[in-house]
Amino acid sequence: MTQTNIQLDKNGHLKHFLSIYGLDRDLLMRILDHARSFAGVGERAVKKVPLLRGKTIVNLFFEPSTRTRTTFELAAKRLSADVLNINISSSATKKGESLLDTLQTLEAMHCDMFVVRHAKSGAAHYIAGKVAPHISVINGGDGRHSHPTQAMLDMFTIRQHKPDFSRLKVAIVGDILHSRVARSEIHALTTLGVEELRVIGPRTLIPTGIEAMGPRVFHNLEQGLEDVDVVIMLRLQHERMRSALLPSEHEYFSLYGLTPQKLANAKPDAIVMHPGPINRGIEIDSSVADGKQSVILQQVSHGIAVRMAVMAMTMGTLADTGTATESGHED
Amino acid sequence: MHTEAMSVEGMIEDMAGQVMAVIKAHPDQSPVMVGIHTGGTWVASEIHKRLAMDVPLGELNIAFYRDDFSRIGMHPRVSPSRLPFDIEDRHVILVDDVLYTGRTIRAAMNELFDYGRPARISLAVLIDRSGRELPIQADITGKTMALNPGEHVKLTGPEPLALVVKESG
Repeated sequence: MTQTNIQLDKNGHLKHFLSIYGLDRDLLMRILDHARSFAGVGERAVKKVPLLRGKTIVNLFFEPSTRTRTTFELAAKRLSADVLNINISSSATKKGESLLDTLQTLEAMHCDMFVVRHAKSGAAHYIAGKVAPHISVINGGDGRHSHPTQAMLDMFTIRQHKPDFSRLKVAIVGDILHSRVARSEIHALTTLGVEELRVIGPRTLIPTGIEAMGPRVFHNLEQGLEDVDVVIMLRLQHERMRSALLPSEHEYFSLYGLTPQKLANAKPDAIVMHPGPINRGIEIDSSVADGKQSVILQQVSHGIAVRMAVMAMTMGTLADTGTATESGHED
Repeated sequence: MHTEAMSVEGMIEDMAGQVMAVIKAHPDQSPVMVGIHTGGTWVASEIHKRLAMDVPLGELNIAFYRDDFSRIGMHPRVSPSRLPFDIEDRHVILVDDVLYTGRTIRAAMNELFDYGRPARISLAVLIDRSGRELPIQADITGKTMALNPGEHVKLTGPEPLALVVKESG
């Protein structure tokens, strides 16, 4: 298992961060611990630490994104790395350059890390298998497959409010079928060992056989929210309406939109999360999105700390001594 | 392997007196104390208690400022730095357990300056041992030791604080 896991180096340290699947609880907890240390950096006079000074990080985005790209960029800058943002959809591939040629061109510029977002599932894995050995790859979202940094920033947010995962009931609501966020969340929540995990949504948007991954399936929002500690809402993409998976936005909202009335079925101190960007009045009511229980904006700031942690950890594996870290400092 | 346990109590008592003198020498600069995680924080909290300072003790974790990150990577457990006060124009008493190469103090000063511009930094160390690689010196010292490069002195604690000298084989 460890041998074939491209994400880990020979010492079991994080080399690439491509999916939650294949990482154990200890490693996920280490990411969360490191993220907590980095969270303080954003509150200081100088919002920077010199950890990745001299490193060049490339945001390689084949798919548009605002918050993921900007938080990766800020994370890299707070680690003192140099950042290059490349929007491929408007770049060389239009001129017919292949993905591998693009990568080799960037490698020739002596880059140290690629943050990749791509519409094709498995793109980041593919790139991680092709790059030079000193380069780390972080998955910023690939097709319907996974979005591991989003999942980890959500785990970080949950932990800030509810520190003991083993006592939590968590519900993920909405378009599970098309959501890479949902897939990564399910792996993360089951690996961290929540008491109960639920997915809630219409039959057309829940993959068949998902129970095998761990969650209980609900098609009724009120029932599914009963007694939960954490509600994770997913974004409903408009194109799903056109593909006849859903009747109308109005009907979706009446059945699966999170309103204060429906939220009242959850525990009184339940938190409401959403990866953004939110569709007000489609999957979530404005009064919930802006309400007391919403932690949606905290998720954004936590995204920076979690991405700093993952970047520092993957770059840190270049150090090859393995054991020297245990002794601590004495000078 | 040779080990030798030493009493720390007396050294800390002595350091507290020296810290008091350094603070009094700069009456116009309001003092704050910062310990370097972990051993430095143990020593700092003892001195802090003895001087009954009203500003809470700060703690620096210099893991993000080490100069050997590219060689040894991330430290497995990094507790966040906590400076529950503004250091701008203050007199910072920086405390560590052992002053050896000076690299930790270099890192700590870099981190301090990312929080603001102190008026002055005074360095207090329990053990000032030989082996400096940078031009850094202590203002307050518990004990000076001449050790060979193969010898290591380590503070164990926090209850009780004790020093152990080891010869690495």
